[in-house]
Amino acid sequence: MNLDPLLLSRLQFVWVIAWHILLPATTVGLASYIALLEGMYFFGGRAVYLRIATFWTRIFSVTFGMGVVSGIVMPFQFGTNWSRYAYATANITSPMLGYEGLTAFFLEASFLGILLFGRKLVPPWVHFMSAVIVAMGTLFSSFWILVVNSWMQTPAGYRIQDGRFFPVDWLAIIFNPSFPTRLGHTVVGFYITTAFVVLSVAGWYLRRERFVPEARRMMSATLWLLLVLVPVQIFLGDASGLVTRAEQPAKLAAIESRWDTQSRVPLTLFAIPDEAAAANRFAIDVPVLGSLILTHSLDGTVKGLKDFPREDWPPVAIPFFAFRIMVGVGLLMLAIVVVGNLLRRRDRVFSHPLFLLACQFAAPLGYIAVLAGWTTTEVGRQPWTVYGLLRTADSVSPSLTGWDVLISLAGYMVAYGVIFPGGAFVLSRIVRGGPMEVDVPEPVESGRPQSPVRPIPPEGAAT
Amino acid sequence: MSPPLDFVPVWTLILGLGVFFYVLLDGFDLGVGILHRFAPDAEARNLMISSLAPIWDGNETWLVLGVVGLMAAFPLAFAIIIPAVYFPIVIMLLSLIFRGVAFEFRFRDAPHRGFWDHGFATGSLIATFAQGVVLGAFIQGFQTDGRSFTGGSLDCFTPFSILTGICLVFGYALIGAGWLVLKTEGALQQRARRWGRNAFIGVCLAVLVVSIWTPLMETDIRDRWFGWPNTLLLAPVPVITALIAWATWRALNDPASHVGVFLGAIGLFAMSYIGIGISLFPMIVPHRFTLWEAASDPSTQAFLLVGTLVLLPVILVYTGWSYWVFRGKVRGDFGYH
Repeated sequence: MNLDPLLLSRLQFVWVIAWHILLPATTVGLASYIALLEGMYFFGGRAVYLRIATFWTRIFSVTFGMGVVSGIVMPFQFGTNWSRYAYATANITSPMLGYEGLTAFFLEASFLGILLFGRKLVPPWVHFMSAVIVAMGTLFSSFWILVVNSWMQTPAGYRIQDGRFFPVDWLAIIFNPSFPTRLGHTVVGFYITTAFVVLSVAGWYLRRERFVPEARRMMSATLWLLLVLVPVQIFLGDASGLVTRAEQPAKLAAIESRWDTQSRVPLTLFAIPDEAAAANRFAIDVPVLGSLILTHSLDGTVKGLKDFPREDWPPVAIPFFAFRIMVGVGLLMLAIVVVGNLLRRRDRVFSHPLFLLACQFAAPLGYIAVLAGWTTTEVGRQPWTVYGLLRTADSVSPSLTGWDVLISLAGYMVAYGVIFPGGAFVLSRIVRGGPMEVDVPEPVESGRPQSPVRPIPPEGAAT
Repeated sequence: MSPPLDFVPVWTLILGLGVFFYVLLDGFDLGVGILHRFAPDAEARNLMISSLAPIWDGNETWLVLGVVGLMAAFPLAFAIIIPAVYFPIVIMLLSLIFRGVAFEFRFRDAPHRGFWDHGFATGSLIATFAQGVVLGAFIQGFQTDGRSFTGGSLDCFTPFSILTGICLVFGYALIGAGWLVLKTEGALQQRARRWGRNAFIGVCLAVLVVSIWTPLMETDIRDRWFGWPNTLLLAPVPVITALIAWATWRALNDPASHVGVFLGAIGLFAMSYIGIGISLFPMIVPHRFTLWEAASDPSTQAFLLVGTLVLLPVILVYTGWSYWVFRGKVRGDFGYH
């Protein structure tokens, strides 16, 4: 059997990053939500917010722990499997990873400890600030890691010498062409993902008439938030498309399955892209709409793949379908959000059985969209690791054999095959348990009891 | 163009300190995990985990900083060493995954607590051993051609690297026992002292064997330690190490000492670390590349240095503060979880 270390290394990277990204997709939004809830409790003193905050903090602690252990795997991948990529790009990408650790990981780890275990040990304002700092940490982390990813997509501010990249302009490196839209699109995508998880849990509680005061607050606030975020996300997605057209035209051609350069291009809703024949089979086209969406003009020109050397083509079918899945899921989300907010007007939003059922099953939507979007942008970048400059085939560690990578990939598959179902099981138990009464924190001996503990008002006052 | 400033010494120091912090912090963390299987009952197991729960992920963050720091400051070393220790790294990562999730899962998944406890203890043991193998392989050096590792992925498993793996298991167990003496009281503390004495004996034997074996195996290292006048200049290293070992043994047997074992273990790690540093300096890929040859672009080193010099002290302050918040003996009603 002829095992290809390159292909297997790519599969391994897909495996470890696809599972890992689900966790930041959860924790980035959740950290901000928890900080908001802790703030509501700190400033307003209503126990219901404390219960909701503590409930989501339990979820957060599990997902964050899994995010840490699956995240530690990631920088090592650059060394174990992609050492030539690492050596070629380290001058530029590694300081960003360093800053991610320095500005985000330590912040998150230290203050999460306080958030989880310190309620009795620190004054309430310190506990609230810990929640805010953890949320900031998740955003700093997103910032730096997306600098690296964006630079690989749209490299800038570099010079090349002896096959390696050297920094010329750090600001140009950080704020490379695709970074601002990618940061916005990704972080908003993470917030939306979290919001749909919250909506789903709330919908499930309301259907069963459990934890109703908590569930109503979760659902109401989330629907307002989504009413803003989903349209913003559509706008950011459109902006990302314009950047892609300017910077990575071959990727855009693959996403839209365009083979010939044309103006007034149609929008292909569905097709089976045939790479060998460079044509679409069974295409369903809407005339001119492609140009309108991609170029914001009726007779805008969109480049086709035939304009690029064959060896520089990305795979076509994967980005084409992944993109359509992402957009389809986005439209479904928009529908749920619009319906939910319309139902508010007759006060039916918390009781409409069909809507609550839809909410309950909407939890995976964000994750599907995140994975589909990620697949679109990463597969669309192929056959390059650094777009147009460093090929994926020239990035892999030269010493690896196919068997080496097959064994390690099998190890990662077994490990993730145990801990991710384990995590799902643990999370489902927490959700089933629901928000619980939280003890009024009594300072313990070794804590700092200087500031008085905030009393929890009676339940009547909270609802 | 004026010659660029030389940032290599300061990066050597930062990376050296970063890796040392990792070894100490995740060292006691993993050490407690290694000892976890010897805990007499469920209460002891819970206390041992509780003593780590608020701080373990901060400790592991130093591993990320270490590996990313190596990539940033000495990318050539990163690109040679990490693929050369492919399997120890993969085994370490898989083990860290199991031990890391156990903190949450064992608490929230009571029906399978036995499974997750096993994952925690075995994961800690294997991760430690794998790190020790990396250390041994690193000291022995790697087969390279030009700027790439050209050996096989199993080359790193040698009798010497297996020995350093065992050595590190005893070392982490000792510092883990020191942590438990510091953080627990009563019967569990007694037990931790006993574990500590066993680990101490293992550490002394292992360090002795490594200290004899290494100069026999590597002539460069032999010349450095036993050439005149180096023998005289470096004599304080073994002398101080012996003194610290003696003090550690006394602390292990002194019921009034709570922090002594932990400090003694830190001292032993520091001396071993300095010893390795003296043996290898200025090589970052032993026998092949010096720190300067493997260094990244000065602009890269400067760009990351600016932030590091500001952020690292801040990190040390708030990390210290979070340890301070959770100071004192760990108790069942500490509010953990």
